[in-house]
Amino acid sequence: MNYAIQVCRKSWILGMSEVRKLLHDPTELITRAIQPILWLGIFGEALSKVRAIPTGDYSYMQFITPGILTQSVVFIAIFYGLNIIWERDMGLLQKLLVTPTPRLALVWGKMASAGIRGLCQAVIVFLFALVLGVPLILTPLSALWVVVIVLLGAAIFTGLSMVIASIVKTRERFMGIGQVITLPLFFASSAIYPISIMPAWLQTVAYLNPLSYMVDALRELLVSGSLVQLPTDTAILVVTAAAISCLSAYMYPKVVM
Amino acid sequence: MDDQDLIRVENLRKHFGDVKAVDGISFGVKHGEAFAFLGPNGAGKSTTIRMLITLTQPTGGTASIDGLDIVRKSAEVRRRIGYVPQLISVDGTLTALENLLLMARLYDIPKREGIDRAKEILSFLELENQHDALVRTFSGGMIRKLEIGQAIVHRPKVLFLDEPTSGLDPVGRQNVWKHILELRKTSGTTIFFSTHQMEEADAMSERIAIMNQGKIATIGTSDEIKSAAGRPDGSLEEAFIELTGTNIEEGGSYREARRMRQVEKRLG
Repeated sequence: MNYAIQVCRKSWILGMSEVRKLLHDPTELITRAIQPILWLGIFGEALSKVRAIPTGDYSYMQFITPGILTQSVVFIAIFYGLNIIWERDMGLLQKLLVTPTPRLALVWGKMASAGIRGLCQAVIVFLFALVLGVPLILTPLSALWVVVIVLLGAAIFTGLSMVIASIVKTRERFMGIGQVITLPLFFASSAIYPISIMPAWLQTVAYLNPLSYMVDALRELLVSGSLVQLPTDTAILVVTAAAISCLSAYMYPKVVM
Repeated sequence: MDDQDLIRVENLRKHFGDVKAVDGISFGVKHGEAFAFLGPNGAGKSTTIRMLITLTQPTGGTASIDGLDIVRKSAEVRRRIGYVPQLISVDGTLTALENLLLMARLYDIPKREGIDRAKEILSFLELENQHDALVRTFSGGMIRKLEIGQAIVHRPKVLFLDEPTSGLDPVGRQNVWKHILELRKTSGTTIFFSTHQMEEADAMSERIAIMNQGKIATIGTSDEIKSAAGRPDGSLEEAFIELTGTNIEEGGSYREARRMRQVEKRLG
């Protein structure tokens, strides 16, 4: 119990120091907003004119908005491993590891940091979708649930990234792997086209990809409003996030060795 | 070794594959002592410190700080030690005060007390006008001082400094040492530092352990070491060459050389 309180308190402290960093220099949030805006504004608009992708009762723009939101959150999170390698090279990580901070709190602090940036992205994507006139559902409950899903997604991919960083250990190798896995993660999911139009082998990959469940949950919340799959999606994301947190807390200190 | 020892190390070893980075060393450090770990790059100084501060587990042997085993009681050891890495360990995107407060809170110091201590430390370090300045605007010497500040917010019994003045210009070096010595005088903190600079070890410590190729070549006061080397009137440098058969500048791997240059670039 004591340990649980420690973990939560320290995660909060570390997360809040990340907020302070963002407040000191918010330019990062603005530059990060460019990519999702381009995807929605150019890719989305172009493909919805072509009408090449069957999206059922919804417009392609409605279909793709949760996908782009997911993508922008995941792309932030997946490079957190680079951040810990950088902190290791700086000496910051060593100093944190020498404090009596539970390892899990160090991991959750990073996840919270990615989550906060992810939520900023969510606001930007949402506002831009409104500008483009994409109809999205927005109730207090759906908004709250979107926050939960974004935080879980950010946690999963931050954790995955930290595990990779603790294996590869150098920036150069991490950059290589980061590039190799981000696009397949994105394309082997339901982010920009429905899983049903994929070949069978890719469908299997998509079902194993946590990103698909994140997209699915956001799509139900923001577009369809039918929340049939939502409990399952959320449960899968919670379990994955928990598992990757533990793995990451175990692996992460090894990056200094 | 006796009961006064704050740090005790017995037959400590760390192997990386076939490489014996630390090869069975034993020594003790007394309460309140200033202890220098001298040796060329790659001698095993940093690895030893990393074991003592619980960052790396030893391959064999034991070590304790304040009677607490560094492996079995690592959580309690962490509350008793402060560590200033060789690399830059303050966050440039936070202010000086925020950097100190973050550390205070990670050591479970209540918020208000943390603020008091942080301010006290900033004025002790003569950084009182820089509370709210982002650390990335600091000079190398100011960064080092703030790092020392971060490592003492929880009032540790022993402060470990890994090459504390590497990459600093002479003025910065002097200023950093002035504060380390003052800290020791006012709070009785034990100082354990590594260096590859002979003069620094000679001037700033009471006892010196010379490390070479993973072993302790000799240990004692500067005068004892010089006599042991048969050069009582010579310099520590001559004694070092006599005892180890190598020049201190020759050691070090590619990785360490690269790391040293990075530090110098950032601090300079």
